[in-house]
Amino acid sequence: MKYRPRTFVLELVMIAVAIGFLFPVYVLVTLAFKDPQQIANRPLSLPDPPSVGSFGEAWRSAGLSSALLNSTLITVVSVLLLIALGSLAAYFLARTATRLSYSLYILFLVGIILPFQLGMIPLYQLVDNLGLLGTYQGMILFYTGIQLPFTVFLYTGFIRSLPADYTNAALIDGASHLQAFAHVIFPLLRPITGTVLILNAVQIWNDFFTPLLYLGGSGHETVPVRVFAFVNQYTSNYGLVAAGLILAALPILLLFLILQRYVIRGFASGLKG
Amino acid sequence: MRVRIAPPWWFAVPAILVYAVVVLYPSIAGAGSAFTDWSGVGNAKTFVGIDNFKQLVHDSQALGALRNTLLLTVAIVVVQNGIGLLLALGVHTSIKSRMALRLVFFAPVVVSPVMVSFLWKFVYNPAPDAGLNAALGAVGLGGLRQDWLGNPSLALWSVAFTVIWQCAGYSMVIFLAGLEGVPAELHESAMVDGAGTVARFRHITWPLLAPAVTINVMLSTVGGLTLFTQIIAMTNGGPGYATDTLSTVLYKQAFVFGKFGYSTAVALVLAIFVAAVSFVQIGYLRSRETAA
Repeated sequence: MKYRPRTFVLELVMIAVAIGFLFPVYVLVTLAFKDPQQIANRPLSLPDPPSVGSFGEAWRSAGLSSALLNSTLITVVSVLLLIALGSLAAYFLARTATRLSYSLYILFLVGIILPFQLGMIPLYQLVDNLGLLGTYQGMILFYTGIQLPFTVFLYTGFIRSLPADYTNAALIDGASHLQAFAHVIFPLLRPITGTVLILNAVQIWNDFFTPLLYLGGSGHETVPVRVFAFVNQYTSNYGLVAAGLILAALPILLLFLILQRYVIRGFASGLKG
Repeated sequence: MRVRIAPPWWFAVPAILVYAVVVLYPSIAGAGSAFTDWSGVGNAKTFVGIDNFKQLVHDSQALGALRNTLLLTVAIVVVQNGIGLLLALGVHTSIKSRMALRLVFFAPVVVSPVMVSFLWKFVYNPAPDAGLNAALGAVGLGGLRQDWLGNPSLALWSVAFTVIWQCAGYSMVIFLAGLEGVPAELHESAMVDGAGTVARFRHITWPLLAPAVTINVMLSTVGGLTLFTQIIAMTNGGPGYATDTLSTVLYKQAFVFGKFGYSTAVALVLAIFVAAVSFVQIGYLRSRETAA
């Protein structure tokens, strides 16, 4: 496609749209760099002079360093479990054509459209009875279970598109099924594993409601829960709250910028199946 | 020699166990307690038949929430996917800034909905000289200033717009993936035949985008029907009950009022709703795909 005068007009229109789209970000960033007096007198102008004091105070009073550690731990372990359990189960489901495997596949698919709200309260009781309220283990168990249907769905679709004969050679050579899976099949799944990793990590890292319910007041709160409490506590101190929001969103945005090609591709291909 | 040895059944066992504990058992138990008067304290439950559902039909708050849920869902499905499609068409061209624009439009997708909600609370600041109101004043549209989240007839749309702002990039990416599957030769030969931009979109691009439309519509429908976080963070269902949805009502009934039985009845209605809409959509949209 050539660059014509019409393309130039389209370019200008799209850039104008992007500027409008970024307006909320402008509001947030300018608030964070202003002192209370500037916020009161010139709410929409650029900060002059910019003050960075809000950031240090927000970092300390929101308790972000421990929240970041909690979020990282829960997300990493859950995603690893999802990859391990999901790929193994999907391999069985995709490679056996029995009534049992078909029923199990359908059972997993049901989980994709089942709203979590239906099981929310019994699950809360179950987690409580198991003594897992307020623990990392409870959250990891929850995320692994709730994200499995989608993970199994992605892996099963991908494995079905692979030729079936790869493992046979390994099995003839005397490898166990688990060895054949780990050394032959799993490496072939790399593209879909990338998608599974990104989609689940974003979902788990950003989740708010479940950690609020299961981790509230435990000291193991994740970033969104800590930010929620922080914002409600300092509700009228706009500059401080804005700085806290920026600090809390920065890690995932930085990660996104580094991995953006894979993230966008993962979102698109993962959902195309 | 050709051997085809199926993987052993126990490969699936760990996944099924976790899935059963976290999703299947609680969902079945939830559906069951919809027919009881469970208070959530201990396990004391009495079977009350369909009393909870009878109560639901006469509960004006729940009916208002049902109405809000449907309005939100329709607005989100139509507007988010419409904007997503326009953005995708815009950046699937030879403009120089296309990669940077894709990043800009997609970035909100990876940020937590809680944080996006708080960001938009700044934008919706009711003061006339802050946020969106200040911007309207600055461009000479001061007459349009509003109390965006405090006005009961406006708040629902303000929340919907926040969701659309965050998720339009998601729709855009799926449409982009679909657009990449449209063969360029088709467009070229149509151009040679004298077909204009609109005609080419209608007869080539749109039919071939059918699978992307299916996925986008289904995802945004389920997202809209179960919307929770943004409402709790921005309005908590208020002002009054103006932005309550089925999700916020069942949450409040359970954790604020301790009516767990009634709450799970609301959840069951929500689940049936999501399932019914999904099946109808899959049926309709898939038939459109094969027709294309």
